[in-house]
This record gives sequence, structure tokens and C-alpha cells, in this order.
Amino acid sequence: MNRLHLILKRPSALAGAILLLCILLLAVGGALLSPYSPYAQNLDNKLLPPSTAHFFGTDDFGRDLFTRIAVGARYSLSAGFVSVFVGLLGGLLLGVPSGYFRHADKAIMFFCDVILAFPGILLAMAISMIMGSGIYTPMIAVGISSVPVFARLIRAGFLAIRELPFVEAMKAAGASPIRIALVHILPNCLGTILVQATLRMGVAIITSSTLSFLGLGAQPPEPEWGAMLNAARAYFWQAPHLAVFPGLAITVTVIGINLLGDALRDQLDPLMRG
Amino acid sequence: MLRYLMKKLLLTAGVILGVATCSFFLLRALPGDPAQALAGPQATLSDIENVRKAFRLDEPISRQFATYIGNLLRGDLGYSFRTRRPVMTEILARWPNTLRLSLFSMLVAILIGVPSGIFAAGRHGTSLDALSMTGAFLGVSIPSVWLGMLLILLFSVKLKWLPFYGMDSLANYVLPGLTLGLGVAANIARLTRVSMLEVLGSDYVKTARGKGASETRTVYIHALRNAAIPIVTIIGLQLGALLGGQVVTETLFSWPGLGRMIVDSLSSRDYMMVQGGILVLAVTFALINLLTDLLYALLDPRVRIG
Repeated sequence: MNRLHLILKRPSALAGAILLLCILLLAVGGALLSPYSPYAQNLDNKLLPPSTAHFFGTDDFGRDLFTRIAVGARYSLSAGFVSVFVGLLGGLLLGVPSGYFRHADKAIMFFCDVILAFPGILLAMAISMIMGSGIYTPMIAVGISSVPVFARLIRAGFLAIRELPFVEAMKAAGASPIRIALVHILPNCLGTILVQATLRMGVAIITSSTLSFLGLGAQPPEPEWGAMLNAARAYFWQAPHLAVFPGLAITVTVIGINLLGDALRDQLDPLMRG
Repeated sequence: MLRYLMKKLLLTAGVILGVATCSFFLLRALPGDPAQALAGPQATLSDIENVRKAFRLDEPISRQFATYIGNLLRGDLGYSFRTRRPVMTEILARWPNTLRLSLFSMLVAILIGVPSGIFAAGRHGTSLDALSMTGAFLGVSIPSVWLGMLLILLFSVKLKWLPFYGMDSLANYVLPGLTLGLGVAANIARLTRVSMLEVLGSDYVKTARGKGASETRTVYIHALRNAAIPIVTIIGLQLGALLGGQVVTETLFSWPGLGRMIVDSLSSRDYMMVQGGILVLAVTFALINLLTDLLYALLDPRVRIG
């Protein structure tokens, strides 16, 4: 708690936390704030520029863009959490055996090298295609493709800590290896993991909205930000606001996360300061 | 040195074989029948069967895999289902476009990133430092898809200065180059600043100053040389990331490169083209990493590999 307080004392971290809180409020209550439905079409009102009646204008089906972006916030926030959860879970399953027990260490690291050698978002694209379209597809696909990142991180943490005298003492005291790994070593790596998880959340939001932009994952009429950007490409000339606001929403969210992540890193992980 | 190189090369070959295996089985797990996609919507069942036989898609997966790897080891990437031309020919037609765009973007990134990192480090703690680092922070937070769309909106739609499709002149490279390059520039700027700050605080730089070397000489001759080591490493790593980033940028700018070819082939289930494209990108990525490793040892005499 004390540490959290210290972190929030930094103005940049506070700004990040406030930004994220706003996005969270939008995600939870955005649809209630607005008199419009995110789905109901009204072709008389299509492609209107921003005005007092429609803050962000309307889209090609006459839907209020602000309402759609507010509702879409929940997809992007979920994308951050779900994919980091999947990545962390996979990372623990591979990283702990490899770093602490040294079981199949070489094989696991080779597997990570192979996965990391896949160029860009192609692996996530292939996984999305196998899973079929759906809201959660890109989140899980991005999570799976980030497993090696977490696995390496967790392995490195365990490798460093397993040699410390307190682990020796635990062994002498008769603690079971699983207990030593999960109760005694894992909490010591938590800082590094937390920092990386926060920063990966920003990457995950960008990547999963990019997948939706490419037509995988969320499908129209879901107000997912990446899918909305894709739809905007047809209206560059008539309605540029369609391309501006969804992207701005992604960027603001990622800025909030990165501000928080950088502050966490400076606080918890002074060696990685950059 | 030679031993290290051999070991590294062997591992790289293993990773590439792993990528080939993974992409083969991932693609086979995709829903949708490539034979049907190829034969077209009006095809009869026997047409589809014929296509399946012609591309040997009727054979068991294990046999297909053995054929694929066997051919691969002889340098044969197979034939495209769709165009019926050798995958190698198709790749060679697009590969230069991807490479040119990557190198152009990297040039943009280095020209923006390195000077602004040095600039910020030299004015450490001032508002100019804060300003350039805010810029870099924005650069790493902005999705490249959106950055590309904003650039198109501003420079093509509004100002009508630059084209956003085609690749006939240097002007065509500017927007996709900036889309790919600005994020990388931000990463380079952040790292350049940190490593310059570290070096500028070291004793030997103080000595150089004490001997009366000019500020320019101190920064560019004495400090930059040592700060360059991590910078070169990140440039190598980011060049790999740039190749991966092509997938999105090429789609956005209709760039006839390898990334877009893979995306198109993925949706038409042209397995051989996807496998070949991924493999070529992975090999390039691995070679860049290897070169970065070697360059690192060359630049820093303290690093002795072997």
C-alpha cells in the first residue's frame, strides 16, 4: 500500500491513473451517459461531422460515434487484461519449470525462440483464424503469442533467486519444491512481472485492435475500436472524423497504461529504468 | 570465434526449421478447405477432388509434411495454389519492395531517433529534454495503424502533398516510411538518451572535458562511441520488428510487399505462399540478429565471444 502511494505521488503516474479511470468509467457507464444506442441505425443522420448533438459525429449508419467509442472501451480494456492473463499463465507454466526446476530448460527456451521468430503479428493472426472470429479471439491470440516473453522473464527471475541463501535455508527446513517456488520465490519476482505485465497490456491493446482492423476478431456492428478504424478507411474524404476518434481512444488508453507502467518500473525495478 | 559462430548458426537453423514446422501445422489447423477455395464457388465435387489431387492435398498430413520439409531442405518452397507459379518466384517479386521500405523506414528512424536522443541527453533536465521525451513517449504509445491513417488524412487528403498508394517515386515511400519509422525512432531516441546520459557521467568523459576538449568533440567523438554499443543493438532488434510491422503498413498503403502477400494468401488459404513468406521473414530476422551479435563484438573490444 505504501509503495502504491509512492508511485501515485509521481505526477505522470497520477495522470496515467486518472486517464485509465476515465476510460474505465466510459466502459462501465458510457452507454448510460448517452441518449443514443450504439447499434440503432438512423440513415438520415449518417456521416455527420462532430457537433453539440453528436460530440464525435456519426458513422456511415448514422450511429453516434461517441456512444460507440464509449461502449467499445470495454473491449479494449478486456483485451489488455485477458491477453496479459493468458500470457502470464502460459509464462508461469513454461518459465517456472524451466527456471527453477530446470526441467526441459533447453527445450522450453528453444520453443520460445521459435515462437519469437514469427514475424510481427502473423502468429496472432493465424491463431485468430484458427479460433474463428469473435470478440475474445484476438485477446486470446495476442495472449498466446506473448507467452514466450513472460516465460523468459519468469525464468530469468527464478534463475537469479534460486541461488540465494534463503532458498537453501528453505530447502534445509524441508519445504517442498513447489512451495519454495510459488510461495517464496515467485513473490520476489513479482515486481518485475508486474512492470512487464502493465507495459504488455498497452502492446496487447494495440495488437488486438490491429487484428480487428485486419478483419479478424470483432466483427461489425460491434463497436470495437480497431474494427471501427477499418470501417473508416472507406470514408477518408467524406468523414475523416471516423478515422480520428477511435484511434485517439486507443492512443489515450495506451498512454494511460504506459504512464503507469513507466512509473511502476522506476519504483519497483530500478535496474530497468530507461 | 569460429566455434561461437558455428554454434549460433546451428541454433538459428534449428529455430528456422521450428518456424517451418509450426507454420505448417498452424495452417493445417485453419478452418476452410483450400481445394474448395481454389476451385471457386461454382465448382462441382469432382472439380474440387481434382484440385485436391493436383496439389496432393489428399495425402495424409504426415506425408505432406515430409514432402514439404524434404523440398525445403533442397531450397524448393513449392508452388502457389492460386497462381500456380513457384512460391520462390512470387516471393522474389515482392521481397525487394519490403526490403526497400524497411531500410527506408530504418533510415528515417535513425535520422530522427539518434540526434534527438543525443539532443535530449545534452540538455538533461531542461524543458527541451522533457519535450523530446514526451514526443518519444507518444511515439511508443500510438498504434501504427492509426498513425498511418492520420498521416494519410493530413498529407494526402487534406494537403494533397503526398500519395498514399503506388510505389513509383520516392514520394511514395514517405508516408509508409514514417508510419513504420516514427515508432522505431521513439524507441531509439529513448535508448540513445539513456546510454548517452550514462556515458556522459563517466570519468573518462570528465577527463576529456578537463583536458579542454570542445563540447562537440566530447559528445560526438568521446561519448557517442561508447554509447553507440547499445544503440546498434536496438537498431538491429528494431529492424527485425520493422519487418514484422510491414504486415499492417503494407495492407494500409496497398504496398505490393511480402507482408501483404502473406495476409492475402492467409485469407485465400494459399498455404504454400504463407509458409514461404513467413519463412523468408524469419530467416531475415534471424540473420539480422546474428549480424547484430557480431557487430556488438566488433564495436566493443570488451565483448569477447567464443
